[in-house]
Amino acid sequence: MSGQVSIDELIGWDSLLTDDEKEVRRSVRRFVDSQCMPRITDAFEAGRFPEEVVAGIADLGLLGANLHGYGCAGVSSVAYGLACHELEACDSGLRSFVSVQTSLAMYAILTFGSEAQKQRWLPQMAAGKVIGCFGLTEPDHGSDPGSMATYCVKDGDHWLLNGSKMWITNAQSADISVVWARERGGAGRILGFLVEKGTEGFEAVGIPHKLSMKASFTGGLFLNDVRLPESSRMPEGVGLKAPLMCLNNARFGVAFGVVGAARDCLERAVAYSLERKQFGVPLASKQLIQAQLAEMLSDIAKASVLSVHYGRLKDQGKLKPHHVSLLKRNNCKIALDAARTARSILGANGITTDHHVIRHAVNLESTYTYEGTNEIHSLVLGEFLTGIKAY
Amino acid sequence: MKILTTVRRVPDLDARFSLNGDKTEIDTEALDHKVNYFDEVAVEEAIRLKEKGVADEIVSVCIGSGNATKELRTALAMGADRAILVEADEKTLDPYLVAAILAKLVEKEQPDLIIMGKLGVDFENTQVPQLLAGMLGWPQATFAYSTEICDSKVTVGREVDGGTSTFRLPLPAIVTADLRLNEPRFPSLPGIMKAKRKPLDTMTIEDLGVALEPRVKTVRFEMPPEREAGVIVADVAELIQKLRDEVKAI
Ligand SMILES: Cc1cc2nc3c(=O)[nH]c(=O)nc-3n(C[C@H](O)[C@H](O)[C@H](O)COP(=O)(O)OP(=O)(O)OC[C@H]3O[C@@H](n4cnc5c(N)ncnc54)[C@H](O)[C@@H]3O)c2cc1C
Repeated sequence: MSGQVSIDELIGWDSLLTDDEKEVRRSVRRFVDSQCMPRITDAFEAGRFPEEVVAGIADLGLLGANLHGYGCAGVSSVAYGLACHELEACDSGLRSFVSVQTSLAMYAILTFGSEAQKQRWLPQMAAGKVIGCFGLTEPDHGSDPGSMATYCVKDGDHWLLNGSKMWITNAQSADISVVWARERGGAGRILGFLVEKGTEGFEAVGIPHKLSMKASFTGGLFLNDVRLPESSRMPEGVGLKAPLMCLNNARFGVAFGVVGAARDCLERAVAYSLERKQFGVPLASKQLIQAQLAEMLSDIAKASVLSVHYGRLKDQGKLKPHHVSLLKRNNCKIALDAARTARSILGANGITTDHHVIRHAVNLESTYTYEGTNEIHSLVLGEFLTGIKAY
Repeated sequence: MKILTTVRRVPDLDARFSLNGDKTEIDTEALDHKVNYFDEVAVEEAIRLKEKGVADEIVSVCIGSGNATKELRTALAMGADRAILVEADEKTLDPYLVAAILAKLVEKEQPDLIIMGKLGVDFENTQVPQLLAGMLGWPQATFAYSTEICDSKVTVGREVDGGTSTFRLPLPAIVTADLRLNEPRFPSLPGIMKAKRKPLDTMTIEDLGVALEPRVKTVRFEMPPEREAGVIVADVAELIQKLRDEVKAI
């Protein structure tokens, strides 16, 4: 960056990090700069996830990084968060890929799966040889997944699944889909299944015409009398609590990650404002511009430090759902605001993919909505503050 | 086969440098540090030799302050087996002293091959490997772009002005790594976790029995002059006038 000191230094968060956490950050940053940045604009414009970086991501050990055993690295939550931060400084789609694989699909199998399921899938998923997705949202059920329509019925020693899932990251590329369905008859429990690609009656279809998260696969899953053996059900994943635990886990990575996109926007806005001259002087010499940069920086600094703090709580087992809601809501909001401000500072140049900030801005629109919308997290916090449910 | 690699801690060259009051030192306190890039290439080459089954142990050594354990952990995270930190105030060292310390360490460690970066990106002295080879009486091949080990010999492709040359050296030998030797891997997250449990021994210069007598004395540093903004001249006449009267170039 072209200012006086790095954003990391301005935030002053390095003293909160261990040496190996900083090493993780440095390694991922170098990987992202050399392997991902040169590819991202083309992939985004083509509307495809840059699958050619998956091997590198897996070699770095980013898939399942904060999980323990089964070929996973077992790093701290903060180290994993920093990796998300660096990936998202390139593109939210890259971080989404890692989030879904790690914190939704692999985490679900690790937490709710049978020993056989863990041994079969997790090492392969950590190695990037098997890609996973997580199907909870449906065309008619987003913020209220508890009312899902996808159902399963017992059929001898098998299950029959019917329904559809929508807005599923990695859907088209997934070898294994974690699918949540309500039990028809009996207690009407929500149960979790592992559906393999190619299973009869199961289809994954990409969602076209996206203008956000274009460098990420998003699709629908269609289940038409999909017959699965009992061994495809995750035995410990029972009740809405199970998918919500996965989401809570993933939200941490989302929240840590989006600040990386915000940081990239700030760095680009500083650099641009120093270079761009209007009225005979650099934009950076205007107080209004400096005030905007200062606002971005203080939002980013607060979000970064809070992310580290909550990461520590997470590893101590003290992170509560309302902390996660606060962090996800705050960070996605400030990141989106920062991207919009940066876009404005870059003027007309800001609307082109060459300058990257518009790509961040449109991606962050998705992060504002997925993993619990901003409003839903407000309602979670509202309930904690007042004791009144307002959903 | 045992390979010794050197790992030097250098300031991030993108950082803004400043000098201390009497200009005898670069103020490195606030600077971000990292592994000298050529040393990363050296470590990578050692790891590749190990992966090929040629080498069985890689020892990385750094001479520097306690902070340099971070850079040694990077080497361990990449794949070195163990590390040695020789504690020293880097400001009291010169290339001869560094080579003398390494020579003592080589006596202790008895490596079959030493791979070093061709230079340190901060001062670019390009002296330690050559001095060390002289002190040990070992053959050396500098600026390597390729290495191959066969029958207790190392064959080294070297980059020289206007072409390449190939050396075949009997082991033990010293090889220095040039840019094109390989592209160093990024330490993986599992590698970083494993590095925490790999042995990292610390010793002092006195432990090695080397007298701290530097031969190079730093007199003074000077910052490069600030570049002044250019001027736009109206016509050729003004250009000539400026070249003659102001710049005194003609
Ligand atoms: C790029 C992308 C990737 C995604 N990946 C996945 C995935 O991998 N797996 C998965 O299961 N899902 C995924 N989703 C889906 C995502 O989780 C949902 O979009 C999200 O939960 C919101 O649901 P919805 O889109 O149906 O919006 P709705 O729930 O219809 O909400 C629309 C608006 O109404 C507001 N609203 C809703 N209820 C209330 C209320 N009670 N009070 C006040 N306001 C309310 C919302 O905040 C929002 O502003 C993804 C979405 C996107 C965009």
